[in-house]
Amino acid sequence: MRYRTRTSRKAVVLAAVAALAGGLLAGCAEDSGGDEPGGSSGGGGGGKGKTTLTVGVFGAFGLQEAGLYKEYEKLNPDISIKQNSVQRNENYWPALLTHLSSGSGLSDVQAVEVGNIAELTGTHSGKLMDLGKVSGVDKNAYLDWKWQQGTTDDGKTVGLGTDIGPTGICYRKDLFKKAGLPTDREEVGKLWAGDWNKYLEAGKRYKEKAPEGTAFVDGATGVMAAVHASGKEKFYDKDGELVYKDSPGVKEGWDLAAEFAEAGLTAKLQQFQPSWDQAFSNGSFATVTCPPWMLGYIKDKAGDKGEDQWEVAAAPKPGNWGGSFLTVPEAGKNKEEAAKLVAWLTAPKQQAKLFDKRASFPSASAAYDLPEVKDAKNPYFGDAPVGKIFAKAAEGVPVQPIGPKDGIIQQYLADTGMLGVDQKGTSPDKAWDKAVKTIDNALDQ
Amino acid sequence: MTDIPSDASAAAPSTGEEGAAPRARAGTLAGDGREAVAGARSGSLPGAADPAADRAAERRRARRSRRYRRDVKWSPYALIAPFFLFFIAFGLFPLLYTGWASLHRVELGSPTDMEWVGLRNFSRLMEDDFFWNALRNTFTIGLISTVPQLLMALGLAHLLHYRLRGSMFFRVAILTPYATSVAAATLVFVLMFSRTDHGMINWALGLVGIDAVDWQNGDWTAQFAVSSIVIWRWTGYNALIYLAAMQAIPNDLYESAALDGASRWQQFRHVTIPSLRPTILFTCVVSTIGATQLFGEPLLFNQGASPTGGSDHQFQTLGLYLYEQGWFNQHLGRSSAIAWTMFLILVLIGLLNWAISRWIRRSS
Repeated sequence: MRYRTRTSRKAVVLAAVAALAGGLLAGCAEDSGGDEPGGSSGGGGGGKGKTTLTVGVFGAFGLQEAGLYKEYEKLNPDISIKQNSVQRNENYWPALLTHLSSGSGLSDVQAVEVGNIAELTGTHSGKLMDLGKVSGVDKNAYLDWKWQQGTTDDGKTVGLGTDIGPTGICYRKDLFKKAGLPTDREEVGKLWAGDWNKYLEAGKRYKEKAPEGTAFVDGATGVMAAVHASGKEKFYDKDGELVYKDSPGVKEGWDLAAEFAEAGLTAKLQQFQPSWDQAFSNGSFATVTCPPWMLGYIKDKAGDKGEDQWEVAAAPKPGNWGGSFLTVPEAGKNKEEAAKLVAWLTAPKQQAKLFDKRASFPSASAAYDLPEVKDAKNPYFGDAPVGKIFAKAAEGVPVQPIGPKDGIIQQYLADTGMLGVDQKGTSPDKAWDKAVKTIDNALDQ
Repeated sequence: MTDIPSDASAAAPSTGEEGAAPRARAGTLAGDGREAVAGARSGSLPGAADPAADRAAERRRARRSRRYRRDVKWSPYALIAPFFLFFIAFGLFPLLYTGWASLHRVELGSPTDMEWVGLRNFSRLMEDDFFWNALRNTFTIGLISTVPQLLMALGLAHLLHYRLRGSMFFRVAILTPYATSVAAATLVFVLMFSRTDHGMINWALGLVGIDAVDWQNGDWTAQFAVSSIVIWRWTGYNALIYLAAMQAIPNDLYESAALDGASRWQQFRHVTIPSLRPTILFTCVVSTIGATQLFGEPLLFNQGASPTGGSDHQFQTLGLYLYEQGWFNQHLGRSSAIAWTMFLILVLIGLLNWAISRWIRRSS
């Protein structure tokens, strides 16, 4: 009897060890599960079996939400699509980089944000398929600058554009009225057409009669980003050299944003922070630079109170803010099928559908004439013809060279530079030096 | 004087029982084995008449006892092996590999592509203002979080040591902050320390006529705010450790102190504190390690979880700078060097602790 307890105790220990070891293995296996997308059904080429394609995305990317996967599965009964989503791009992108360099853990299709696309084409293009040659992909259907961003210097198109973010200015009609500014979107657009300085002038006019507790813009960092996006050149020149310290476009944006801060025209907010969200529902600022995808965000945060108060007008100079690409890693098991899927997802017709359902603005200019875009109106924004407004903006977006460290530079210029000017009253020169020091440290390998 | 002794004496036997239990269990285990051997030996006795059978039995017996000896000798290792396997896989290997990576230029974009740079990643830290800033911040935040935290814990433990109605409730209550997640706690603190008038702390300050403070943007205010999160989370935990140690102090010490006419405060100073010395040292070390590795609180205190620790890097700790270099700036080599420097700092603190504890033991 005793002996048996001993063995059973031993058995328990063994079982525990086995369970732990099993857990360890399973832990490793979980990650490598992504290695072979649709591993169990990957051999589907052999006949009846279904091929499972995996699509790696960040955030609420919209393809699934707009029902595009379902539609593709209906058109291609042999294909089933599974999406792997990571909430934040800050987490998604480093993981994708390590997966690409190790050649494992990749999905068949991987989405890439515009802030990272230059780094991808610059350093990892060898690990990605050339999608420009896939049948059904027509270069002329896309905006040229978007196509170029996904293409390497030697002409290999590794990323096909999904959406873009041409900017307009969203403004509050009620606040403009109280401050004695025009409220009609055409007139408001004319107020600052073609010149960011006119936007500053409008801000000063607004401040003279500003309703209690409101500011003209949300924050100086938002203004700076908008001006930077609309220039001919940002942080890199067309040869790929880092020129942000002397670039006139960067200086213009910095100076103008600093003037906004020093003139007290900002609500001193940082975008996408809880306090910024709150400010939408409290109505504490009158304008914000907005790409199409932000309209839904504003509606969410401003709620019923903001209904019919918000409007969209053209920006002084349009720029591009956000947007993504789809890529197909060479290491994938089903890359031919994956490429077909990407070609279909990024075709003008599907992009128009994505705009209709998710307000992601098409990067395929051929979609602008489709009814989903041409006739699109946004009821929350006073029935503004958003399709037309943003299509016009998209055509005015400058072809701006982008570089591998655009995202980092932009964030440090804002977080360790302009934010201090706006929130702490640091002198712009001092803040600039601080930001440059941080950026130099960050870029030095 | 009446409260403490009764409580302490009530606690003393229970700790005694706790201590005795494992010993008793170990005794039965050993007895278990001995009886099993005896059983095996007596089982072979009937076969003594037949020499061949006897030899076979002998061999069987020898085999069994050999197996048993091997069992006793090696199974403890087998039983602790899982821990060491995990430790090697998730502790030792990463530590060594980080050290190896810190001697190279490694970028997150291509982690397999390493270029030997020797000690450059370390030497450049010497002239890296951001590193020194982070080290300074880690030190000051550590100081303003650890010192009040341990003093308050000591006081709380002293209060809980009295016989209270519902003492269990209070003991559980002070441990609840420890059980909350860093993220949840920090996000609530961010709202409380909010710059606008909606912030609860600025609202309370407003009631007594103090102007709203921009907590996140001031150097000291931000560090104070981050420290307050740490204090809130860890005070109860340390108080419980002190309480356990207090309950182990023999009652007679207090009695004789009382006979000598010592007041409550004198008893606390001259009986409680000296008896708690090893415990206090332990909590100091654990809190210092925690403070050196501080990461979640300052990361999330910056709205939007940016790793810069404020627009002036005013509350960027070493842990945060490590994260910024590795995962934001994508320089894994430089980041590894910071990690190893942190490790060396902790080793230094450990040595210091060892020296102090030796000195204390000698002087007492």
